[in-house]
Amino acid sequence: MIWLGLDTANAPLSVALVRDGELLAELNSAMGLNHSEGAMPAVEQLLKRAGLRPADIDAIAVSEGPGSYTGVRIGVTIAKTLAWTLDKPLVGVSSLRVLASNIFTYGVTICPLIDARRGNVYAGLYRRRHEDGTLDCLLEDRHMALSDLLGQLKKEGNPVVFVGEGARKNEEALKQALGELGRRAHFTQDIPRASLLITEAQKAEPEAVHAFAPEYRRITEAEANWQKANREAGEK
Amino acid sequence: MNDIHILGIETSCDETAASVVKNGREILSNVVASQIESQKRFGGVVPEVASRLHVEQITLVIEEAMEQAGLRPEDLDAVAVTEGPGLVGALLIGVNAAKAFAFAHGLPLIGVHHIAGHVYANRLDGGMEFPLVALIISGGHTELVYMERDGQFELIGETRDDAAGEAYDKVARVLGLPYPGGPHIDRLAHEAEVAVEFPRARLEEGSYDFSFSGLKSAVINHVHNARQKGQEVGTASVAAGFQESVIDVVVEKTVRAAKEKGVRQVIAAGGVSANKGLRAALGEALEKQGIRFSVPPLHLCTDNAAMIAAAGTSMFEAGIRSDMSLNGRPGMELLSWSAE
Ligand SMILES: [Zn+2]
Repeated sequence: MIWLGLDTANAPLSVALVRDGELLAELNSAMGLNHSEGAMPAVEQLLKRAGLRPADIDAIAVSEGPGSYTGVRIGVTIAKTLAWTLDKPLVGVSSLRVLASNIFTYGVTICPLIDARRGNVYAGLYRRRHEDGTLDCLLEDRHMALSDLLGQLKKEGNPVVFVGEGARKNEEALKQALGELGRRAHFTQDIPRASLLITEAQKAEPEAVHAFAPEYRRITEAEANWQKANREAGEK
Repeated sequence: MNDIHILGIETSCDETAASVVKNGREILSNVVASQIESQKRFGGVVPEVASRLHVEQITLVIEEAMEQAGLRPEDLDAVAVTEGPGLVGALLIGVNAAKAFAFAHGLPLIGVHHIAGHVYANRLDGGMEFPLVALIISGGHTELVYMERDGQFELIGETRDDAAGEAYDKVARVLGLPYPGGPHIDRLAHEAEVAVEFPRARLEEGSYDFSFSGLKSAVINHVHNARQKGQEVGTASVAAGFQESVIDVVVEKTVRAAKEKGVRQVIAAGGVSANKGLRAALGEALEKQGIRFSVPPLHLCTDNAAMIAAAGTSMFEAGIRSDMSLNGRPGMELLSWSAE
């Protein structure tokens, strides 16, 4: 069984091919790539290196967000188009879960962070089980103020490992709020790995391909304004 | 000669569209999923909303187009997709879906200019006779293009500020008409008994350029003044006056360009070419000159993917190909694909 994995949810790009638990090829870049230009050439190059044709792919895994709206959409569009037209199963995995899966320490709280500007982050809380390393989700992915998240973590008082570009960007704030309680992952773990995305996808159920859409974890500004205006009109 | 079957994909604004066209002339399928209903509440197209809806619709729309055409991917000769201009976030949904589809089946990929698509929509209905002048008039464009032959474009006039369709939308909003406003203004203009006199922006002697911002301001001022004085705004007569001013200038410049270039045909393209008042006035003026005037039926005037497949077919025949690094280009320029 050959899996293609694709993560374009944020600035980094990662694509991988895994065959029956064997990593055939993986391309990773942390640079601020233009995914619209770069993602398909990366997929093309990956298959070429592995000596495979598109039809050889048996399943597709994609990072479904949250993250950059545009970045997430590019990955999801490519993945669902390939899955639909090649008639292969498609699995979407949280982009935060993919980052969390870079951490193999069992039993510790893992906090993947994606910077969402203006003091906000996309975050979730995960933990690997002692028994088998399964990555459990403790706090569902959300868009929130970094200060709220840090306040909550401080109150809980458990050691936390922060991972992802958002952790790198907010390193000072993390240190100040949590001190010894918070640890930074190694910098090499800050970018998502499509191979680990595939590992997580293998444990999940396939999606309905046509209906598959990103998990933005935020409504659009226009919709928020519209809802607010409607609520105000309703109150009157 | 073998038939050429091309899948077209278009997502430059708020329509998710896919179509299969045979030999650049015969529509085998033409599927358009419009977002107008979702975007209406915002009074215009919100780019982020458009992008989100495109992702949700894209594979379904392509599947529908392939099924209606009764073709399998291996029956296709190429995939043509709108590369630009348009909303960047919207464009790249179509572009990436097209790339993934083309890659999956080893098909050639062709990036198409949206406006070239609008022009080639005429091939799907009645044909194109060169040399010709094309009037491209939409929410994003007001341009006069001279085509000496297939695949060759020379921009001879363009708007210096607002596109005609943009002016229509803004005037409609001031008049309190629902979105999209163009058809409402067209209808009201037809019903009006009198028309308010508004200025015509003809610009310098001999210029083929357009300007609609002055007219738009004049209309807005007129409406505000009337409201301030507590007078009734004659919505229909304002709509009629605005439309008359637009049509006057557009017809004059288009006919002059056609005469100067000695063309056989004038074609209209873009959303505003669906305007009945404009069609009638242009048709009449060109008939007097003995120049053939064509404007495709409504469903081919507004954004669709058949037109992208039609233009893509001409590019395919000219040997134009894109590779997997094809990107959405919001400000893409209209360039010729065939040499002198
Ligand atoms: Zn258009």
